[in-house]
This record gives sequence, C-alpha cells and structure tokens, in this order.
Amino acid sequence: MIEVTAQSSELLNIAEDVCRQARVAGADDADVLIGAGTEFSVTIRRQEVENIVEASSRALGLRAIKGGRVSVSYSSDFNADSLRQFVADALERAAISDVDEAAGLPDDGYGQVDAATLDLFDPDIEDMDGDRAIELARRCEQAGFDADSRISNSGGASYGYNTGSRVLVNSRGFAGTSRGSGCSLSVEVMADDADGKKQNDYWYTANRFFKNLETPESVGKKAAERAVRKLGARKVPTREVPVVWDPLVSRTLIGLLAHSASGELLYRRSTFLLDLEGQRVASPLLTIVDDPLLAGKLGSRGFDGEGLFSIKNELFRDGTFVQFLLDTYTARKTGRQSTHSAVRGVGGTPSVGTSNLLLLPGSSTPEEIIASVDDGLYMTELLGFGDNLTTGDFSRGAAGLWIERGQLSYPVAEINVSGNLRQMIADVEIVGNDIDYRSATVAPTLKMSKLMVSGL
Amino acid sequence: MSSPAPQLREYSAESARALFRNRYGIDERALSELLDVALSRGGDYADLYFEHRQTSSIAFEESKVKTAGGGITQGLGVRVLAGDSTGYAYTEDLSLDSMRQAAATAAKICDRQDKVGPIDVAGEVGPDRYRIEKPSIEIPSAEKLAIIRRADEAARAYDPSITRVNVSFVEEVKHVMVATSDGRLMADFQPMLRFNVQCLSEVGNSRQTAVDGGGGRLGMEYFVDHLPEDIARNAARMAVTQQKGVDAPAGTIPVVLGAGESGILLHEAVGHGLEADFNRKETSMYSGRVGQPVASELCTVIDDGTIDHSRGTINVDDEGNVAKKNVLIENGVLQGYLQDRISARHFGVEASGNGRRESFRHYPMPRMTNTYMLPGESTPEDIIKSVKKGLYAKAFSGGQVNISKGDFVFSVTEGYLIEDGEVTHPVKNVNIIGNGPDALSKVTMVGNDYQLSDGRWTCGKDGQSVPVGVGMPTVLVSGITVGGTQR
Repeated sequence: MIEVTAQSSELLNIAEDVCRQARVAGADDADVLIGAGTEFSVTIRRQEVENIVEASSRALGLRAIKGGRVSVSYSSDFNADSLRQFVADALERAAISDVDEAAGLPDDGYGQVDAATLDLFDPDIEDMDGDRAIELARRCEQAGFDADSRISNSGGASYGYNTGSRVLVNSRGFAGTSRGSGCSLSVEVMADDADGKKQNDYWYTANRFFKNLETPESVGKKAAERAVRKLGARKVPTREVPVVWDPLVSRTLIGLLAHSASGELLYRRSTFLLDLEGQRVASPLLTIVDDPLLAGKLGSRGFDGEGLFSIKNELFRDGTFVQFLLDTYTARKTGRQSTHSAVRGVGGTPSVGTSNLLLLPGSSTPEEIIASVDDGLYMTELLGFGDNLTTGDFSRGAAGLWIERGQLSYPVAEINVSGNLRQMIADVEIVGNDIDYRSATVAPTLKMSKLMVSGL
Repeated sequence: MSSPAPQLREYSAESARALFRNRYGIDERALSELLDVALSRGGDYADLYFEHRQTSSIAFEESKVKTAGGGITQGLGVRVLAGDSTGYAYTEDLSLDSMRQAAATAAKICDRQDKVGPIDVAGEVGPDRYRIEKPSIEIPSAEKLAIIRRADEAARAYDPSITRVNVSFVEEVKHVMVATSDGRLMADFQPMLRFNVQCLSEVGNSRQTAVDGGGGRLGMEYFVDHLPEDIARNAARMAVTQQKGVDAPAGTIPVVLGAGESGILLHEAVGHGLEADFNRKETSMYSGRVGQPVASELCTVIDDGTIDHSRGTINVDDEGNVAKKNVLIENGVLQGYLQDRISARHFGVEASGNGRRESFRHYPMPRMTNTYMLPGESTPEDIIKSVKKGLYAKAFSGGQVNISKGDFVFSVTEGYLIEDGEVTHPVKNVNIIGNGPDALSKVTMVGNDYQLSDGRWTCGKDGQSVPVGVGMPTVLVSGITVGGTQR
C-alpha cells in the first residue's frame, strides 16, 4: 500500500495533467517529475544562534520525446497558464535535438516497492521546534569544548531536517509517489597549533529518523577527539607504504568505483573498467553492492528515476567486477538491460546513480587493522579531486596519523597519496567490520598493502 | 547616488526592476510592506533578494544534439538580522501572500517589541560591466548549433585518435533585485555563457580524456575572441598529449605554474582563507594577521569584481553593494578580508562587495569574484630556465582548501617535467598539496605574462556554488609537494 498524503495526491494530479498536456501538444512520450519539500536548519556557534533557515519549495521537470528528439525542461511556477506555456516551450525545445534511437522511456520493468517496507519517512520529524533544535546544537558544540581543554574554537554546530515528496508520472501509465525525511546533527571544532594553524575536524550523525541519531554529546566528543589528535601534524618523507583508510575516506574510494562502473562512462569508453566485466580485477575481499531496498537507510527508494522498481545490484563480488550500473539510455547504447539505476532531478534527464552503495564488511576490527601495520599511514582525510576515471589514475591530498609498530604514533598532514585504481583495488588486504550508515555511500575501514605517499 | 532611469533599456538593471514590477507587481509599496513584515518582531536589518533565472542548455555527443534543456525559476529570499543571528526564509511563489509569509518566517529570528517605522526604498544605479547587445538565450538555436558543429569537426580533425567529442553550450540570464531596510534598492541583469568541449583519444587500449572551455558574462560575442575550433583543438591536443604522459614525480620539488589557470592556487591558498566570515569567527589561519607578511614580497593578490564581462564579475553583489577591486595582499603583506554585510559590521569596515549567494534559496556570505596576482618582471622563459628538475603545471581541473589548517590542493591535468631548464615530457594527472602562507612565501619568481583564465570556474562553499574568475602570471614556487608515483 502506498501512503498518499493530501499533498502527494495534489502533486500527482498536477504531474498527470502536465504529462497529458505534453501528449496533446504532440509528444510521443513524456514523463514528469515533481519534487516538493520543506527544509529547516539551525546553526549555532559559540552557543549563539548564527542562523535559522526555514522554507518550503517545489519544482517540476518535464522530459518530452517527439520523433526520437528529446528535451528536458523545468519550472517552479505552478500557475496553470504558466504551465501551458511551459509545455509548449518544452515541445519547441525538443525540435532542437537530433533523433536519438536510444532515447525514450523504458519499455518495461515499471513498478514500485511497497513504501511501507522501506521506512523512508519519520512522521515525528517535523515536531521539532526552533528552541529544541538550538538546544541540540548547543549541547553538541558544548560537548566538543568539554571533551578536551585544547579545543579553543568552533566552526559551529547545526541541526537540520528536511521532508520531501516525489512524484513521477509518465505517458506509459506509470505513476509513483514517495515521501521521505532526513535529519542531521554536526559540529566542527578546532585546537590551536603552531604557526597560526588550527587543527580542525568535524563529526556528524544523519538518519531518516530523528530517534536513530547519535546523541549530541557523542557527536561533539568525536569531533573533538578527531581534532586534537592532529595537533603537531607534520610532513613525512616520500615513500610507498601500507595505508589504512578510515571509513570517512574509504567511502570516497567506493564512490569512485561506482562512478567508474556507470553506464555513461561505459558507452563513452571513458572508464578504466571498460572490457573488465566478469573478470577478477580486485582483491577477493571486495564485494560492493548498490541496494535501494534497505529499510530506513538514507539512499533507499521504491522506484528509480525512470519509474522502474528498485532492485539490488552487485558491482563487485569477491573481487570480480560483475557489471556496470545502467539506466535505460545507457543500456540501449550498450545493448544491455537497465539495472534500474536511474536517478533524476527536476532539471535534467535521468542519469546513472547509486542508492545505498555499500562495501560489505569483513571481520577485522579497525584496531586489529591498525595493529597489522608496522610502518604506514592511517588516512582520515582526503583533499581535492585529482582522479582520472578514464585511466584510473588517483592522486589526492591527504592527512591522518602515522602508524608505527601497530600503534597510532603521530599526526601527519600536507601529503599526497597516489596510485592507480586498478592496482589499488587489487591491493586491498583487509576489510573492516565497522559499518556506519551515516550517508548513502558506506564503507568500513580498509587496508591497502601499498600506496605512494609524497611529502618531504 | 539616486536618479530615475532615463529610459528603459533592455537587458539592464532597469529591465530587471521592470520585470519584477510588471510581471509580479513588486513595486515600491510592496517592497516597503514586505520589509515592514520582516522587521515586525524587531530585527536590526532586513533585506529582500528577488531572482528570476532562465537557463538553456544543449548537450551534443556523437555529432548529434542529444538533449536540449532549459527552464525558469523565480523566487524571493528574505533575510532578517538580529545581532549576528540570521533568520532566512524563501519562496518560489511571488504572490504577495506567499512573500509576506516568507518575511514573517524570517522575522521569527527576533522577539522584541520595538518596531521600526515605515521603510521607503529608493532605487540606486550601479555600474554596467557586462553590457551586451543580446543574451545568447534569445539567439536562434541554429547559430549555436553551427558553433557547436565547428568545435566538433575541429576536434575530430585534430588527430585520428580522437574518437569521441562532447560539446555543451549552457546559457543563463538572471535578473536580480535587492531591497534593504536601510532604504536601498539595487537591481542587476546578469548574463552568463559557458562553452565546453571534451575529447576522448584512443590509441590501442590506451584511452585519455581532456576538457577545455570557457565563457563569461557575454552573449555570442564570446566567440569573436574565442574560436570554437581553438577550444576544441586544445581539448583534443591535451587528450593526445596525455597518451605520452609519464608518471609524475613524488615529493617536494620546484613547480612552475603557467599563466592564467594557475590562479586557482590563489583561490585556494589565499582567497578562501581571507573570506571575512572565517576571520570573524577566527577559524581561518589568516585570522588576526592583517598587516603581517603572508607571502613573498613578489606577491600582490587582488580580488576584483570589476573586470568587464568576466565570469566572476558582478555589478552589485547579492546584498546590493557595488563590486570593487580589493587588494588582499600587497608585496606579501596581508591587507584585508573579503567582506559581506555581517562581517563588515563586525570589523568596522565598509562592505567590499563580496556578499554573494547561489540563489534566492541561500543567504549571502563573503565570496571571491575574480582573484589574481599582479605580474612581475621575469620572462616565462627565464623562469623555466631557472629550474633544474621540476614540474611545469599548465592546466587544472580544480582545487580545495582546509581554511583552518591552510592546507590546499589543486589537480594538474596538463603538466610537464622540467629537466635542466627545458620543458620535456608530459606527465599523468597529478595532485599538488601545499600550505597557504608557506607556498606563497616560496614564490621566488613572478612572470611578466599575466593572463586571466577563460571563464569556466565555479566555486563551492558551504553547499553554495557561485561563478568565479582566476588569473596569474607564470610563477615559480621553489618547493611544493607533488603527488606523483615516481621517486
């Protein structure tokens, strides 16, 4: 059973009407996406309110296909006259495009997973009033200051939530609605270091349900611990060493792998994973899945950006690259089937994306992983975007702690880590057991046998 | 300065005011009423930011138009200040009822009984730094398609290894209007054009991609000085060059930064750390260092919102203040910060015209405009000749900085080894990391060949993106950490 609120049903009517108008205006096919939501957030700093933001908004996107020519159009003006003009403009825009045989709506696979099993919406989340939110943020920041006397300043603490409805309707008869929520609490604190530098770090908790958030005290304390352990950070000599990836950075790695496995880079022949499907390319410890069906998780969804029912996809299984993630367009371009991996915003065409992207955990604790390193880097931060997914070349700024004889020894900063993703995934030596669903992309601590660290 | 518009010119500040007045009925009376609601609970200050934004895009791939896109958003953001606290609300619905509701929501930041008197706003006239004949969005698509096809053909003709070319043409026209509770009313018309070419070179199983592009606050005039063929050939050339890329060096070595795009170093190493919000909060490593040396004496760094037609230029910022040319570092000494209204009040200085925001859904904060370093005396040839073993970095994909530590990175997409004073082999993509004041104190030569990078940069901060510009002469940094794999 799908819960259709009064708002969802109004949005559904508008979407169906715009879709119908597009057909009347000459579109062979059309789909309409409406996103509507509210946001509320409070930021405090040094216990004083910095800002409070509160608003509701909605927007509509139309994809129109006529004779194989595609346009995408968006508007936030829901006035009936404006929408009529909007549809006319969309059809005119489609005439600019060339005929694209691969374009168009999916032929089959439509459907949605029962929203009740997905647990996407916290009905209590909007009960939060401004004063309570301010109090949460204040407690969080105070806990950061209380955790360590060296914490001298704060970048601020925030609590915020959002709720939203999504409606997707198309000319093949699909009509899907979903309603979701999310909330988060975060803080950044810092301690004074030499030469005017301040060692800062942050921590946050995020969930669809308020009751599942970490306590403000725990968030503040973790941020403080992460910041003070960086005091006195130094550069290290340039050399190749084992590197342990903290979950905050290991999730960046699997995000890059998922992007490399997207159908867009496949048909554009711009990924290092090209021609590697079915091959054992990574460490046997590497199993990566994209799973939209996990109850209550941030990336869960009942249907994809084209109205196809959600399914779980394996990207890597025991080190074998299983498959690319595909939407309808990229599937047609490459002679394959959609993996129901379309994501869609109101402003653009569907594209390939992930839902809950997970590196499945192993059995070692983070402590055991660190203890296995005699001389190497425990990496807690990555900086920059120096990745080339076409070649797999990876080069980014980094910071963390140096490991000596199995112990975290001293902080390091202003270093680069470099390698090639193809080699890096083969070099994964241990995968940790620590999974924390604070974001839609989640990975545990992992150890890579070697990576070039450049410093002095 | 306050004067009635002599005559209504299209694509101007006056046309922006006319749009909000004629289409949405937002006249002086409505503004006065909304400001009154915003301050109904006793805030110190309020402003209204109206925005009407129209975009259009063409995505071209496999020598065909894949998708044509576009749309319109409009809305109002209401900000109320009470001390250093901000209440913010917005609405896409420009009916008086919805706007009143947004103003009442933002007003909740304050809970005092004192009420201000009626506020009347008077229109002021700002500069006109991107006057154009016609925004490209109003030009028939056939003309744009012709430009796109020229680029596509030139890239394919450049080298037989070029197997794929993607071209995008993105246009925007934005009308904005800011009304403030200190009685000011400013408006602006802001065009933007962005052209991009991406090429894939395939030699056997070796594949390389490269991107080039540019744009600015211009219409089709952009292509007079920037031939689509040149942009396309440059992207193709970089992809082909990368086929011969060797592993980049690892470790701390001299790096010569090429003129133009290297300004990204300033943006990351200096610019963000000098945004006054971080300094007001003392979370930047530049906090409290005005008047102190933070770079080598060769460095004079400027943030300049007044360069005609540049991507980072604004006539007025999103708080209604006229953009300026602000000296950040003069001969190595820190001069001041990039201010918005809140921080300017905190520091007791004038607003520097750097209060910017992504859209009406966002409150303003101090942001850069066009950030560059003034040229020096050296020739680029002498700078390269002075390096025995190092890296020459010419093109970049982006960068990032940690404000508090000052550590910054930028990613080199076109770089070469320097061996015995000569530029030799191209290197694979590589990241460079440094610390702001440390890296700038190691600037030992500054070239006489200043260039403003073509307009393709977008700056992100706290989830808000704004267009910016960067510029740089050729510069030698005597030692900075290069993240290659070759010892």
